Amino acid sequence: MKVLCGIGGSDDSFRALDRTVERAAVANDDLTIAVVDNDDSSVAPAEVVDRAEAAVDEAGIDAEVRRVEGDPGSRLVEIAETEAFEEIVLGGGHTSPMGKITIGSIAEFVLLNAKTSVTLVR
Amino acid sequence: MSDRGYPDAVADEFPPPPTAFTDREDREVEIRPYEGNEADHETLVEMYDTFDPADRAQGIPPGGEKRIREWLDAILADDCYNVIAWCGDEAAGHATLVPDGDAYELAIFVHQEYQRAGIGTHLIRGLLGHGQANGVRKVWLTVERWNRAAVSLYKKIGFETSDAESFELEMGLRLRADEVAEEPAADGADGGE
Repeated sequence: MKVLCGIGGSDDSFRALDRTVERAAVANDDLTIAVVDNDDSSVAPAEVVDRAEAAVDEAGIDAEVRRVEGDPGSRLVEIAETEAFEEIVLGGGHTSPMGKITIGSIAEFVLLNAKTSVTLVR
Repeated sequence: MSDRGYPDAVADEFPPPPTAFTDREDREVEIRPYEGNEADHETLVEMYDTFDPADRAQGIPPGGEKRIREWLDAILADDCYNVIAWCGDEAAGHATLVPDGDAYELAIFVHQEYQRAGIGTHLIRGLLGHGQANGVRKVWLTVERWNRAAVSLYKKIGFETSDAESFELEMGLRLRADEVAEEPAADGADGGE
């Protein structure tokens, strides 16, 4: 399957990265990892790219890591549409001190606007 | 997370627990702080183990005893403030304040058997009284937009919406002034607190 994994440096995005890479190795997915801007993230995009490349190398798969600038949600939806991706994978949300799950604004936008299936990784 | 918003005005004084009242179903209910007692902890496990999954919000309370125990271990920790609504030796409801930087995150649960009897209002007032008595200054929460009963309860208490941009509403309440309120007044003339 042609999979687009969007990550911006939040904890849940790194969890999504690890699972998607792991799954791509087993399922032989055609995977692209898009490193997007996320204002809520404390990790710089360059470092996010490094971590994504390291995960891909470690899994021994052939996946593209791409830096995507601009509004993260709309860019992901646009890339999925123009390049015929079949699925978008994102982090499954932030957990508050109380244990409440809140879905990030990027996931919210993609869920409501994507024409592909969307997977949120928990 | 970006900075959360809180009302400028400080909320009313809330009654610190223990408090007692008769609910709308004529049951005697007492609100008491949780003080680390193991039996009380177990009673809460039981309450959440029989909690209707339809009343879960944003993943809590979790399902299954193991996850309930992990979650309760975290929110009943020493740095949190908890109050329980007791009906005899049964827990009718539970409310908690969990530290988050210089503020506290609030959640409240009333068991299905005890809902729509006015217990939630007493429970949240008791929790905020307990928090006020212990120097808590700012409280925030998130609530699902469709949960009108909860949103109107929070508004009645004095919470104001601080973020309406996402799926859940975020609301804030100022319990005590931000300044050095710990300093006692020199002449002791104003015993407001």
